[in-house]
Amino acid sequence: MIGVIAFYLFSFVLLLSAFFVITSRNPVYSVLFLILAFFNAAGLFVLLGAEFIAMILVIVYVGAVAVLFLFVVMMLDVNFSDLRKGAMQYVPFGLLMGGGLLAELVLLYRAWPVPHVPEPADVAMAVDNTRALGAVLYTDYVFPFQVSGLILLVAMIGAIVLTLRVRSSVLRQKVGDQVARKSGDVMKIEKVLKGAGVDHA
Amino acid sequence: MLEISLFHYLTLAAILFTMGVFGIFLNRKNVIVILMSIELMLLAVNINFVAFSSFLHDLGGQVFTMFILTVAAAEAAIGLAILVSFFRNKGSIAVEDISSLKG
Repeated sequence: MIGVIAFYLFSFVLLLSAFFVITSRNPVYSVLFLILAFFNAAGLFVLLGAEFIAMILVIVYVGAVAVLFLFVVMMLDVNFSDLRKGAMQYVPFGLLMGGGLLAELVLLYRAWPVPHVPEPADVAMAVDNTRALGAVLYTDYVFPFQVSGLILLVAMIGAIVLTLRVRSSVLRQKVGDQVARKSGDVMKIEKVLKGAGVDHA
Repeated sequence: MLEISLFHYLTLAAILFTMGVFGIFLNRKNVIVILMSIELMLLAVNINFVAFSSFLHDLGGQVFTMFILTVAAAEAAIGLAILVSFFRNKGSIAVEDISSLKG
């Protein structure tokens, strides 16, 4: 019973915050509602018995992606209300498309016969969720796991390359040049004869 | 009604996905909110995956959710980096200004 109430509560708040994400005038509010939506989705995952995914969702989405969105929204000096002008013009078309898509999906789910999978009797589900995930992730799915690491590396390098700005007007310490400098390049020891002086200043 | 089935979770994910699609129509000038709508759609897909994984007793869905999360994080990072460098060059993030590649 409490699970049913929790499901309806989490899904109600999730859908409400998703609605505010797409309709709020200020993108900062959108990001904050996105964070609320992620927290509620994590609650739904806990209800489904996927605790590890729920925690990963909170850590990755709330801790990294949403904060990244928040940084970018606050960094850009844009008049966001100008961007909403004429937005109402496409609402009927969007409602038509969205409503059609939703009707299709719900009809499909109603018609689709849910396969009845019996509860597995072996130990695969008896251990806790994180342990079971680790047991399949590093054995059956080890190649996709490595590829996802590669994707993250490429994304990291790409983001750095895209946003790195080389500014020529800034005086900057060049450590490489300093280390590569030898005393012979900049200093000369001369023998000064008495009465002759040094011929170059 | 008092039993939460797979159908409930799939309907919830369908509504969330539709909201993401509608968000793209509603904020078609604002790239940041479009990216957030894409995140909502990916979240709906994740809910689908985890619901199937839980109700059909197959851990593959949860593993794939982790891969989707990885790709979503990479996509958000690259998208926002492109957005920041575009804003530096043009001083605007409106979608209709992003037409420099037009021949």
